[in-house]
Amino acid sequence: MTGVWPLLRLSARLDRVRLSIWIVVLVASVAGSAASFAGVYPEQADRDALLAAANGNPTFAAIYGDAFGSSVGALTSWRLMTFYGVLAGLMTIFLVIRHTRADEETGRLELLRATVAGRAARLGSALLLAVLANLVLAVLVAVSMPDPGPSSVALGLAFAGAGLTFGAVAAVAAQLTESSRAATGIATAVLGAAFLVRAIADSADVGWLRWLSPVAWGQLVRPYAGDRWAVLAVPLAVTVLLVVVALRLNARRDVGAGLVAARLGPAEAAPGLRGPVALAWRLQRGTFLAWAAGFLVGGLAVGSAASGVGDFVEGGAADLLRRFGGEKGIVDAYLATSLGLVAMLAGLYTVSAVLRLRTEETDLRAEPVLATPVRRLPWMGSHLLFAFAGTAALLLVLGAAAGVVHGLATHDLAGQFPRVLGAAVVMIPAAWVVGGVAVSLFGLLPRAAAVAWAGVGGFLLVTFLGPVLRAPAWALDVSPYSHVPRLPGAAMTWTPVWWLLAVSAVLTVAGAAGFRRRDVG
Amino acid sequence: MTSAIEVSGLIKRFGRTTALDGLDLNVAEGEVHGFLGPNGAGKSTTIRVLLGLLRPNGGTARLLGGDPWRDVATLHRRLAYVPGDVTLWPSLSGGEVIDLLARLRGGVDPKRRAALLERFDLDPRKKARTYSKGNRQKVALVAALASDVELLILDEPTSGLDPLMEEVFRDCVAEERRNGRTVLLSSHILSEVEALCDRVSIIRNGRTVETGTLDSLRHLTRTAIVAVVASPPVLDGLDGLHDLVVDGDRVAAQVDTAALGPVMQALSAAGIRSLTSQPPTLEELFLRHYATAPVSEPAA
Repeated sequence: MTGVWPLLRLSARLDRVRLSIWIVVLVASVAGSAASFAGVYPEQADRDALLAAANGNPTFAAIYGDAFGSSVGALTSWRLMTFYGVLAGLMTIFLVIRHTRADEETGRLELLRATVAGRAARLGSALLLAVLANLVLAVLVAVSMPDPGPSSVALGLAFAGAGLTFGAVAAVAAQLTESSRAATGIATAVLGAAFLVRAIADSADVGWLRWLSPVAWGQLVRPYAGDRWAVLAVPLAVTVLLVVVALRLNARRDVGAGLVAARLGPAEAAPGLRGPVALAWRLQRGTFLAWAAGFLVGGLAVGSAASGVGDFVEGGAADLLRRFGGEKGIVDAYLATSLGLVAMLAGLYTVSAVLRLRTEETDLRAEPVLATPVRRLPWMGSHLLFAFAGTAALLLVLGAAAGVVHGLATHDLAGQFPRVLGAAVVMIPAAWVVGGVAVSLFGLLPRAAAVAWAGVGGFLLVTFLGPVLRAPAWALDVSPYSHVPRLPGAAMTWTPVWWLLAVSAVLTVAGAAGFRRRDVG
Repeated sequence: MTSAIEVSGLIKRFGRTTALDGLDLNVAEGEVHGFLGPNGAGKSTTIRVLLGLLRPNGGTARLLGGDPWRDVATLHRRLAYVPGDVTLWPSLSGGEVIDLLARLRGGVDPKRRAALLERFDLDPRKKARTYSKGNRQKVALVAALASDVELLILDEPTSGLDPLMEEVFRDCVAEERRNGRTVLLSSHILSEVEALCDRVSIIRNGRTVETGTLDSLRHLTRTAIVAVVASPPVLDGLDGLHDLVVDGDRVAAQVDTAALGPVMQALSAAGIRSLTSQPPTLEELFLRHYATAPVSEPAA
């Protein structure tokens, strides 16, 4: 373990901006949500009604898990635990892979290993940074809740527990493959599986199954509803166990190697691997298919829960929803909200697919391609094809899956399928605007291309928290998602759709024109 | 002879730093042209301008009779490029990368490809992720050499190859020259340039400081001589004599090419018993130009 301390300082130095952003955004949105609950449900009776509605609805159970109390803290914890557990997990997975397998893949680790740093130093320092980051997150969450106390500490530690468990999963994954992308994929897949297990356990109310999912452990702690401290021992024990496994695997293998040896590829390229589009598909297909699978599952989940929503929403919450237009209005409102929520995530895919251009450029892989007769715009277009058409395909998958399931459940496939599909498809122009922002940054301000992530994050925050925090109208209007007609249910209006399409086209053309004129590299 | 590459007064600035400061380069058709300079002199920047990846701030550049910025597609059909820093797509195998790049350029000759793989001793089934730097370079070299093009632009192509493979590379370039192809070979390995190139251009801080055939450049350098003589030679008053050491009957000195005649006469007069002379190497040429060069330029 020699060398852990300087390496920890190095990692912290490299990550200071990135981790600060992660932690600040997570803490701010936790605190913001707590404040908004206090504002929207000031009366105990309102919160009791919300609790009853929450626990009576299998969709809510699938998305958020069970709620255990009607205090502001308990409801905040209920609403946020799953998503913020997942986010803390993602933060820690990225962190651990970045400082272990990614360093190894690029050969930086070799440089470090040749110094006095011990065999376990890099892994150890990455894990220590993960512990530090999650503890800072826990402490900041604990002090930024409206009523700091033991319960807010339990809430913070529950997030940190999820983060650390997935960090330890990533540490093991980093030992398995030679590629950091594949290691991130493995760890993220474990996280996705854990989320699904929790969703099934909660919606079907299978108690023991919850204990198998690290995403559910935070809820089992029940912050603000009993604070079961002993449950925190579960993530702790699993983390320690996985870290021991990772350290042992790390001690036994060669630098650069994985436990799973890299397979040999074909000696000759398949006949189809010609031209920039084939190359772009080869590079983008893994990510795209993973997203498509996720959107398929998401669509099935949203669709299958829709028809049951009306039965379970009672009391105050139901009155609220009925204002949208009766029983059918409740289902439509649910569909619009849930599909909209999932569809907004498609913007993340769009940005990542567009920014692949920038990665190819900075990693010097664009250069050999552009030194062939391939012109700049076709090269750019090959990736944008998968960014824009890929986004549309994801939303079609989402809408079709939800539409089929909802149609079958209501015995009205012919009637419901087009309505639900339309609700997902109408989001496409908004996601394309997000993509257009990324394209124009890539073309005009390539060094700032990563700002596109902040853009899509900002749009999501504005749309999610804006109305709750009573943000001014102009702030809401900044987000393209605010302009999309809330289908099904609301009347279809074409004007905003044309505007969104026009804006995304202008941004994309501006980016393409910029890229055509600028230096590459 | 017509020129394959004609660059004059090329200027390229990145922000406040000037990478190319009036660079001239002329490569005749059918020649192997050495492009020499220390790290950061602007070699790669020049090549990127020639490939239409960078837009110059001034000067002119012509490539195969066309404009490198405007006529990208037509020009690139006629050239192949091996970058100095070869990065490949980690999930593709070496064979896939070779085929892909060659197909983008217009096609691959399967016989030639197989022969090159054999000569460079490269396993095309390995994923690019697992290749060493030298092997990545071999992938790029095979892809370039397997294409039927007029011009090869090679940016420090042997920096990761072992001596055995360097030999293979030299053979390949020699064959390319016999086949009438033009090669621009950027390098700072002087023995390689000496062995392969008809003409060289030496650049420093974004400017061409010397250009010409190796022979013509040799006039600028000194020959090292060591002689054993019968009686003390009379060397006083001779110009062009440097680092003279007379140790009993042994004389060692560096002689300017122009001064060789008078010096040899003086030594003959003293009665030469043995004489070794070393022709000037590019190393010396290089050292003369760069020994005092401040290294303050960004990596090109």
